[in-house]
Amino acid sequence: MSNIPSDLKYTKSHEWVRVSGDTATIGISDHAQAELTDVVFVELPEVGRKVKAGEACAVVESVKTASDIYSPVSGEIVEVNKPVTDKPDLVNTEPYAGGWFFKIKLSNPAELNALLSPEDYKKQIDG
Amino acid sequence: MLKRTALFSAHQKLGARLIGFGGWEMPVQYTSITDEHLAVRNAAGIFDISHMGEVTVSGAGAADFLNSILTNDIRKLTPGIGQYTLMCNERGTVIDDLYAYRLCGDVYFLIINASRIEPDVAWMQAQTAKFSRRSELSLTDASHNYAAVAVQGPRVKEFINAVIPGASISAMRVNAVTDLKKNQIGGFKFEHQSVLVSRTGYTGEDGFEIVGSDDAIRHVWDKTLAAGAPFGVKPCGLGARDTLRTEVCYPLYGHELDEETTPIEAGVGFFVSLDKGEFNGRSVLAGQNAVGVKKKLVAFKMTDKSAPPRPHYPIWANGAGVGIVTSGTQSPSLNIGIGMGYVPPEFAKRDTRIEIEIRGKRFAAVVAPKPIYKKS
Repeated sequence: MSNIPSDLKYTKSHEWVRVSGDTATIGISDHAQAELTDVVFVELPEVGRKVKAGEACAVVESVKTASDIYSPVSGEIVEVNKPVTDKPDLVNTEPYAGGWFFKIKLSNPAELNALLSPEDYKKQIDG
Repeated sequence: MLKRTALFSAHQKLGARLIGFGGWEMPVQYTSITDEHLAVRNAAGIFDISHMGEVTVSGAGAADFLNSILTNDIRKLTPGIGQYTLMCNERGTVIDDLYAYRLCGDVYFLIINASRIEPDVAWMQAQTAKFSRRSELSLTDASHNYAAVAVQGPRVKEFINAVIPGASISAMRVNAVTDLKKNQIGGFKFEHQSVLVSRTGYTGEDGFEIVGSDDAIRHVWDKTLAAGAPFGVKPCGLGARDTLRTEVCYPLYGHELDEETTPIEAGVGFFVSLDKGEFNGRSVLAGQNAVGVKKKLVAFKMTDKSAPPRPHYPIWANGAGVGIVTSGTQSPSLNIGIGMGYVPPEFAKRDTRIEIEIRGKRFAAVVAPKPIYKKS
């Protein structure tokens, strides 16, 4: 059973979003890391890059494949998680903690309303 | 519609992730590619290879026929021995790579790639029409009669005799499966049926490949998981099969080999017997052997920290694009990016500095001796 914390929002493409003030932290869900297995490489966007909701801005690679990570919201990248590029398996071991990817300063907070609730995300992955 | 092997429900029960491969629905992994890979390097793993094809060729003309369509010299085979060999067209490019076994007298057994069963059989049948002694030849695609598993890893020899007990009854005569030497094949009684067991594999580890009826192979699978459990055996998918063979630089048809590539270019000239007499592609291969090739398969290791190399990524040298990656992955044994690819011969020497282009950026790599991974 995958872990879906109740205090986060989610996307159909399996990113999670933690909002604090005008900043959102982005990572991938426990379900996504379990599907990927063995994360061996993480490529993060540059700080200062402006991204639109739905834009591919990071890459996570397992032994078998490379997968794009899409920004769930629009805004400016204000911080990236350097340690996860040195220890990519943090994505597998701590998807909601040490395995986060980047933080975004929200340019359109209304976009948060379009994200999935934990219940809706659970329904999606239970298919 | 993807075909399913005799072990399909076993894979489902184990929670395998399934993918389409060569027209078959096959397990890519059960737990994780890294875990399965390391199980084979350190202990044991079992793979479903039922998707592979089997062709029997028999009769007084069989050896001469096979010698006219395959690159290796079939006359080197005494009963109970197999060899790696390639089937080329007149241009010397590869239709398939395969294992040819001599089971007894005039009976040969070929194991071919799943994705190549139809083109191979069509090609072989067309070749029989041109063969003057075709009346002394019988060629049968027996792929639908057989399922198969590969049991691979350094600890397999500790339990395989418990899975298939007793002495062989055909092909190589031995008292036990573990008495088979590399490339030998024996027929063994297994639960009132018979199975063929060869000491071969595609992982760079010691191990066996077992071919039999659907029913027999289902029992071999279950017995291997039970008898091998104390030795750490794991069911392994195509993901680990691919990383294992990439580490030891075994070519995979569709990646390193295709109908635009010759065995000389692919670095498997050892399995081309230019002096055995005429065979398909011989003059082209002899020419390449004498004057050289335009592209050469190399193995490489990433020296920069980078994303893993993948098939189709460009290879650069001296600031110019010079080739293409054919296989690439993160090596679970070495924990670095590794791969193979084609480059012009001037860049094929070991220690040549090359670069791999990954998503528009270039990362340093070095041409490495094959195999990339060697048991210490």
